[in-house]
Amino acid sequence: MSIINNINKAFDHRIRLGIMSILMVNEYADFNMLKELLDVTDGNLASHTKALENVEYIKVEKQFIGRKPNTRYSTTKLGALEFKKHIDALEKLINKQ
Amino acid sequence: MESKDYLKDISEIKDLMNKSSRFISLSGLSGILAGIYALIGATIAYWLVTTSVRGYLILDGTIFRICFAILLGVAFLSIVTGIYLTTKKAKKNNEKIWDSSSKRLLFNFLVPLITGGIYILIILNQERYGHTAALMLIFYGLALVSASKYSIGDIKYLGFTEIILGLICALIPSYGFWFWVLGFGVMHIVYGTWMYFKYDKN
Repeated sequence: MSIINNINKAFDHRIRLGIMSILMVNEYADFNMLKELLDVTDGNLASHTKALENVEYIKVEKQFIGRKPNTRYSTTKLGALEFKKHIDALEKLINKQ
Repeated sequence: MESKDYLKDISEIKDLMNKSSRFISLSGLSGILAGIYALIGATIAYWLVTTSVRGYLILDGTIFRICFAILLGVAFLSIVTGIYLTTKKAKKNNEKIWDSSSKRLLFNFLVPLITGGIYILIILNQERYGHTAALMLIFYGLALVSASKYSIGDIKYLGFTEIILGLICALIPSYGFWFWVLGFGVMHIVYGTWMYFKYDKN
């Protein structure tokens, strides 16, 4: 049972997993970069980043580059830790079978 | 059935991590051309030195200056070709040429390379030129290994090869010229051809 417990509900979606994967290997990523890499619509991406933001797994910074608003995301320490736990749990599940 | 989904998740995670953090457009062809430029440059330099009055190279002669100019020319042509072919390939694959991953690649490449370049200029000024070829190979190799974290392809192995060649060259500095030809000419052509067939051909 303990293995199943580590499977994190917050990551239980392709796009959320994708957002975390990108942010784990990059210092930060902006909205457009995530959009291009994940190939999703604005609204879809926004709702998933919001979900991750609400559990404080990612940090959101809004700023202006020139006149354009720019939103960039990075992982929090908690998010990185939880993501690692989640991946470990996935690996264990796969190896078990 | 569930485990299949998890496997797919894992492979997707890996793919996204690679795509978002590595620059994958380095062109194999530019490696081949850089090697050819190096061989042509080396041939001209060799011919100039062996047909000169002295038959060997001294530091403040005209021939040394010409050789130095050839060296800069080879470096310049290689860089221009590299940028041109890489841009072309990136456009073809619909990739951005100037994003955070290519910036990181360039930064990690240039730090060891410029350090080495300045160091070589300093010791040349102190008239200790016996190890120039070895140092060029070693620092270039270090630059490649350092950049390899941000690019796919097997640039790491080219880097290690250059470092090993440089170290052997340091043991027998009188063969410096030949090691230079091997490291910058032949190795680039071998590596470029290998990359070309592995990644670019289709």
